[in-house]
Amino acid sequence: MGTLLFVLGIPLVGSVVLALIGHKAFARDVNAGFSFATFAAACVLTARIVSSGPLVVGDEEFFIDPLNVFLVTLTAFVGLTTAIFSRPYMRIEQDHGKMTPARMRLYHSMYQLFSFTMLVALTTNNMGILWVAMEAATLTTVLLVSVYRTAASLEAAWKYFILCGVGIALALFGTVLLYMAAEKVLGAEGGALLWTHLDTVKTRLDPNIITLAFAFLFIGYGTKVGLVPLHNWLPDAHAEGPTPVSAVLSGLLLNVAMYALLRCKVLTDGALNNALAGQLLMGFGLASVVVAAFFLSRQKDVKRMFAYSSIEHMGLIAFAFGLGGPIANFAGLLHMTVHSLTKSAIFFAVGHATQKAGTQVMSEIRGLIKVSPTVGWGMMLGSIAILGMPPFGVFASEFLILTTAMREQPWATPILLLALGVAFASVLGRVLPMVFGETSVRRLPHSPSLLPVFVHLGLGLMLGLYVPPYLVGWYTQAARMLGG
Amino acid sequence: MSLLVTQLINLFAAVILMLAFAMISQRRILSLIHLFTLQGAALVAATAVVGYVTHQPHLYLSAALTLLLKVILIPMMLHRIIKRLDVRWDVEALINVPTTMLFGIVLVIFAFNLAKPISQLSSSIAGGTLGIALACVLLSLLMMIIRSKAVPQVIGFLSMENGLFFAATSATYGMPMVVELGIALDVLVGILIIGVFMFQIREQFDSLDIRHLEKLKEN
Repeated sequence: MGTLLFVLGIPLVGSVVLALIGHKAFARDVNAGFSFATFAAACVLTARIVSSGPLVVGDEEFFIDPLNVFLVTLTAFVGLTTAIFSRPYMRIEQDHGKMTPARMRLYHSMYQLFSFTMLVALTTNNMGILWVAMEAATLTTVLLVSVYRTAASLEAAWKYFILCGVGIALALFGTVLLYMAAEKVLGAEGGALLWTHLDTVKTRLDPNIITLAFAFLFIGYGTKVGLVPLHNWLPDAHAEGPTPVSAVLSGLLLNVAMYALLRCKVLTDGALNNALAGQLLMGFGLASVVVAAFFLSRQKDVKRMFAYSSIEHMGLIAFAFGLGGPIANFAGLLHMTVHSLTKSAIFFAVGHATQKAGTQVMSEIRGLIKVSPTVGWGMMLGSIAILGMPPFGVFASEFLILTTAMREQPWATPILLLALGVAFASVLGRVLPMVFGETSVRRLPHSPSLLPVFVHLGLGLMLGLYVPPYLVGWYTQAARMLGG
Repeated sequence: MSLLVTQLINLFAAVILMLAFAMISQRRILSLIHLFTLQGAALVAATAVVGYVTHQPHLYLSAALTLLLKVILIPMMLHRIIKRLDVRWDVEALINVPTTMLFGIVLVIFAFNLAKPISQLSSSIAGGTLGIALACVLLSLLMMIIRSKAVPQVIGFLSMENGLFFAATSATYGMPMVVELGIALDVLVGILIIGVFMFQIREQFDSLDIRHLEKLKEN
């Protein structure tokens, strides 16, 4: 309990402290400091789970198992690196006049509050609180997306609020139905929304109610995952908000939404004893991969392009979990990890590139490598990694997903390969001229922080070549729990 | 006694549904807020009655929370917003109300059919009202789609939340208290944020017409 209290308490305290002092110059370091403390606490928590197994604490309201503990660590880690990246980035934005001290205060406070809501969503045992935390995460990110107060960012934030608000409201209806089904078995006092209880009685839940409940939960959380056709908010929100926010949206929020979906899927599988949930995930996942791949080639804005790439990868992850079985689940979890690391690294590099060029339009960014080799290489290597080139981690997970698909759903494999090919050609075709060639970009007033980019890419590379045994054990346990 | 009470709950459910229809066709923003307040009041009454019949004290708490939030606080905030934005007397041009209403009826039939197998299973006193709750959710969704002004869109969103709360009350005698508190907090914070947003949108676009917010397109 103590460690969990720290994991959740540090970002909450951080948001209060930064709401008071967030406009000061040193607030950037305070923000990174809070994120570091959260990460340290998450590491301790992980070590404890690894050594002593799942943990149910706080009057059964919180629950940590191999599935969510690895996401807690990942969330805390990307939260930390993004906070480090945002120190120089937001300082430059302030110099460019895009941020005022008041907005900096809002930004810092909401950044910590966002971490808090995601960690609550991950660690809670209560499906109702999971919903509340997801909605709260939406609200904090709406504020983060609109922080520049430009016409475009307001539009993006409004769209995001309305679309995700509606989506998540439908998820609430699904949660009500889930509660209704559970109440019949567990009784109103039996903690009928607690996942650990639900998990033990899942085979006895009424299939009629659960079918309808899952349909609503799927639409609701699927909107937040960014599955086609509910993805419209995602490119706008990624493109118009500050780049650190794009990095955490892609790297973390989509993962947490996927996690919520997975918890629902486990219950649905148990109650229905058929492949409905898996088929829905596979179908919409595949649609997302294909649609996003074709939209990728039409983008002019660099952040929009990588946002579509996120839709593509979330689709691939959904497809993997839809396939089910130990290998596909393992691949899905691995892909969640490497996508999160690689995509946030790309957004870090892209953020500084757009600052240098003064625009997000790709045709006006040229020859990054001449002015700043680190930004250029960061973007180049990141793009290669996300496109699934060996030896990076994305290759390993995509390879596993494709080979499993070939065995279990052979019809889907050519479609996936085609979409991945289209994505490869369009992204590489855009990134190469941005990195190489004659240059028009300028120098930045403060030296950018590119350490996070290479740390992330290094970890992605490591996961491609060698997954440490304890991580394998961890993924395997989580994959087994997801069943399929 | 129990028959009377069931009738009472059904009556309030019908009122909530009719108000949802009324909101779809209401052109004036001020009247729209009045309708929303009334819907909130009907929801409070329905929740309290269910609480009385089932002897679930936490439903009284839930009713009080709804009263505070949906009947007092949020309408007050909406009134302040439209006053300060000076859109109090705005009339929105709605195209083709009859067609919209017909479509609304189709949605209600769809919702009833969807909820039917579940309503039959429900042991709760007013199991049949789940269909009405789902219909309210769908009608509010329809309202959000057809409205082009910011305030009616937000009222549609809030009315959807009413439908969801009604579903929770009628189907399960209310969610656990901690969840209900969390939902209420989210709704409150959401409406605060949206209020601030409306001023910013107006500052940027000189209008609250959402059609201005269609610049970000795919290409």
